Amino acid sequence: MFIYISTIIFAVAILLFCWSCYKRFRLLMLGKSVDRFKDFGPRLKNVIFYVFGQRCTVNHGYRFGWNHLVLFWSFMFLLIANTEFLFEGLFPDSVSFSMLPVSLYILIEIASVLALLAVCIAMLRRLAFPPSYIEARSMDAFVILGLIALLMVAFFGLHASEIAKGELEATFMPVSNFVASTLFSDVKQETLNDYIEAFWWLHAIVLLAFLNYLPYSKHMHILTGIPNVFFKSLTKVNTQIREDFKKGNVFGVGQINLFTWKDLMDSYSCTECGRCSDNCPATNTGKSLNPRLVIHDIKANLLKNGPFFDNKKAPVLPLIGKGGEGSVSEEVLWSCTTCGACMEVCPVSIEHVPKIVDMRRNLVEMNAKMPGELLTFFESMEQRSNPWGIVPSDRVKWATDITVKPFEAGKTEYLFYVGCFGAFDARSRKVSLAISKILDAGGISWGILGKDELCCGDSMRRLGNEFVFDRMTKDNIKILTDKGIKKIITQCPHCFNTLKNDYRQYGLELEVIHHTELINNLIKAGKLPLNVNGADLGNVVIHDSCYLGRYNGLYDVPREVISSVTGRAATEMDRCLEKSFCCGAGGGRMWMEEEGKRINVTRVEEALKKDPKTVCVSCPYCLTMFEDGLKSTKADDKVQVLDVAEIVSMGLK
Amino acid sequence: MLVITCVKQVPDTTQVRVDPVTGTLIRDGVPFIINPYDTHALEEGLRLKEKYGFRTVVISMGPPNTEVTLKKAIALGADEAVLLSDRAFGGADTLATSQVLSEAIKKLGEKEEVAIVICGRQTIDGDTAQVGPGIATRLGYSQLTLVDSIESVDLKAKKIRVRRKLEGRHEIVEAKLPAMIAVLKEINSLRYPTVPMRLMAEDSKATLWDNKIMGLQETTIGLKGSATQVRKIFSPQRASGEIIGEGLKDPKEVSRLLIDRLMEKHVLSL
Ligand SMILES: Cc1cc2nc3c(=O)[nH]c(=O)nc-3n(C[C@H](O)[C@H](O)[C@H](O)COP(=O)(O)OP(=O)(O)OC[C@H]3O[C@@H](n4cnc5c(N)ncnc54)[C@H](O)[C@@H]3O)c2cc1C
Ligand code: SF4
Ligand code: SF4
Repeated sequence: MFIYISTIIFAVAILLFCWSCYKRFRLLMLGKSVDRFKDFGPRLKNVIFYVFGQRCTVNHGYRFGWNHLVLFWSFMFLLIANTEFLFEGLFPDSVSFSMLPVSLYILIEIASVLALLAVCIAMLRRLAFPPSYIEARSMDAFVILGLIALLMVAFFGLHASEIAKGELEATFMPVSNFVASTLFSDVKQETLNDYIEAFWWLHAIVLLAFLNYLPYSKHMHILTGIPNVFFKSLTKVNTQIREDFKKGNVFGVGQINLFTWKDLMDSYSCTECGRCSDNCPATNTGKSLNPRLVIHDIKANLLKNGPFFDNKKAPVLPLIGKGGEGSVSEEVLWSCTTCGACMEVCPVSIEHVPKIVDMRRNLVEMNAKMPGELLTFFESMEQRSNPWGIVPSDRVKWATDITVKPFEAGKTEYLFYVGCFGAFDARSRKVSLAISKILDAGGISWGILGKDELCCGDSMRRLGNEFVFDRMTKDNIKILTDKGIKKIITQCPHCFNTLKNDYRQYGLELEVIHHTELINNLIKAGKLPLNVNGADLGNVVIHDSCYLGRYNGLYDVPREVISSVTGRAATEMDRCLEKSFCCGAGGGRMWMEEEGKRINVTRVEEALKKDPKTVCVSCPYCLTMFEDGLKSTKADDKVQVLDVAEIVSMGLK
Repeated sequence: MLVITCVKQVPDTTQVRVDPVTGTLIRDGVPFIINPYDTHALEEGLRLKEKYGFRTVVISMGPPNTEVTLKKAIALGADEAVLLSDRAFGGADTLATSQVLSEAIKKLGEKEEVAIVICGRQTIDGDTAQVGPGIATRLGYSQLTLVDSIESVDLKAKKIRVRRKLEGRHEIVEAKLPAMIAVLKEINSLRYPTVPMRLMAEDSKATLWDNKIMGLQETTIGLKGSATQVRKIFSPQRASGEIIGEGLKDPKEVSRLLIDRLMEKHVLSL
């Protein structure tokens, strides 16, 4: 009888689990297709790095990440033991633990002890040092942790009773052996039989319960985490997918099935660890945006609406709506600075930014719904190709007092793409002048497009106005190819990223270099005659531009330049490099009103803690945000904000 | 019932420069835009459509490239666009312009009753603010200028109530339909075209009415029908200003001096 019962229970439970997984999988397939299969090698590398190395889990100062690393690796070994156990349940006569090679015993023993410890630490932590948000202490977490703990107890109980009964070789099972000798040494043989059976069933029930609970809990990441990392985008903060502007198409994502299957898989994979929201400038300044909840709402929406799509019925819960579980509010979507901090720290490589921009696209392109100030911005962009709607002929005004040559094919090597800020904004014009001075001093052959230069379209794309971005890009590409331009120096990291990464999607491969990088190269090659003048600038605190750092991995460049010029390393803020805190201007936020605590003020306050005389930036957006923030904090008389180029130009002999 | 919006395509005057030698306008390479007031006229037309179920027709007199402007109007939701374009219409002043436009409105009225004609307050190039009133006079419509809000439209009683913005006060006016209203920018905030609408508009076409279709007498239209003629365009010399109250610190004192001086010069009066 025993045989049949276990076989039936195991078979039913396993089938149930497969059915749940299948149902979840079917929902994934509602998503649009996207090619995430190419480049097997790099994808495998990511899995090794991020999953098996648990890089994002332990990095970024998350101490408890180590606990997860231990648990993860324990699970890897326990997977062997538990797979064996499932087969044992299905085929009790033909499979048993003792069939595993003895060398594995010790590993499984160690893994079990570590897992038990890790689970206890995790529970204690949730009680004693809870993470930043309340849901981390949800029942879900305690149920899963409890189940794992119980599984380990059953494991030791089972093997200890078997050892006590002499059924199992004890040499390689020190812990079970210890339990056997301390707890079960006086137990009668018949009772031991009962123990074995009881622990075996406890183990079986807990394991099957765990298995069937997984697809319905946040611990689904145990199943989808690895494939999710495998299929992650191979570009840094990934570039938005292009849209095909054909009549009849739907633009952006306003309904759950318009996301790609990978977006949906992302939502399954969230571990609710809260790293993203911990690092989000919007969440940190009290905005309604919380990237963790955005992902959670996508999942909730999928689970709620999925069955309706399956039956070809209309969805019941709007994806973009008033907020509330399963709906993302417009306010949330407009709060994102696309800084990429969330994506940088997410341990399972969830891609928040493209989803947010996709939903913005729906608002702008399908519904023309956006904050009022964006209307003027969009019109200015469309009509004058700059954010303020200034007359294009003013694009050359910054160079009134110097001689600048127009770019000439065959004669000029680099196009200096001044950018809207560099050309129109009074403060950034000074940076343009500093860059010109450096380029001349370094003997670079460069020219400009003058009044023919157009905006690169970065803000349009991040704000979801892909239609106009698409047009602007095509206009720009025409100008660049007509003029035979191959090499471009940009002042602004946003131009840099757009020309380099976004335009590539249009088949245009340009050699784009940010001014800080070019300057660094010139310094390294000994082509810039510099005075080391560290004293004048006082304590220099450095701020990373998101689009230079997280988007393009350029962290060392500005730092190297600063130390070459000032003679000492720049002072770091508490949040720096990959974890740098956005100035608040990216993602088109520059052109929108900000409610409540301002992101730039928060960042300025952080910088002020380091007592700087100079804050060094490499982006016109950051420059503006810092200067504004210093004014708000009344520190503008004590602290100056300079671009890397200005610091270098001051140091030129 | 029709709401007809008159829109004019104008050179982006902020980008027009005066040739210092010849004193004429350099129009080369200057982009054309919809006259900013007319974008609000169009928006109001669309709002009336949504509220009262009118059909909205946009008309414009101008060269063939005006079609781009009209397509944008369609993208925003206009039902139909009529382009009045013919060499014979060229060189028109406000008299001749309002003649062609009112004839076109009459023609549209033959098929469907016209309730409201909406014009912008004025253009940024011609700047006369005469075309709207010209149309109203020629057609015998109620003439409501400087409108910053439409309070109500009563189709049964054939009445419209609007608010006019005058210097320092508002005026609520009720008038009979059909009416011509000339609107201010404050009347509404603009909508943004959705992409499907833009794509639809790309394939759309404005109906072209030339003088063969209009059949107007050559002496009433274009240059020949114009009562005014341009003799010279020049930028007036700016007289240099004067500085008042230099060296004084008290702002009250300085303002007193300034006001006295302005009254002396009859810029201000009691
Ligand atoms: C002295 C003088 C001489 C001129 N000579 C010439 C000339 O030789 N050649 C030439 O091409 N132009 C000439 N113009 C310009 C021409 O008269 C005006 O552009 C035209 O009559 C419209 O007048 P406006 O621009 O002042 O419009 P306004 O009266 O300021 O416009 C009010 C409203 O009327 C409507 N409207 C105006 N024009 C049109 C239109 N064409 N289509 C549809 N709706 C419209 C719009 O709703 C607009 O907002 C001259 C203007 C002046 C003042
Ligand atoms: S990109 Fe930045 S602002 Fe947007 S959700 Fe992520 S962390 Fe927050
Ligand atoms: S999205 Fe990523 S970082 Fe954010 S809670 Fe989920 S797993 Fe953690």
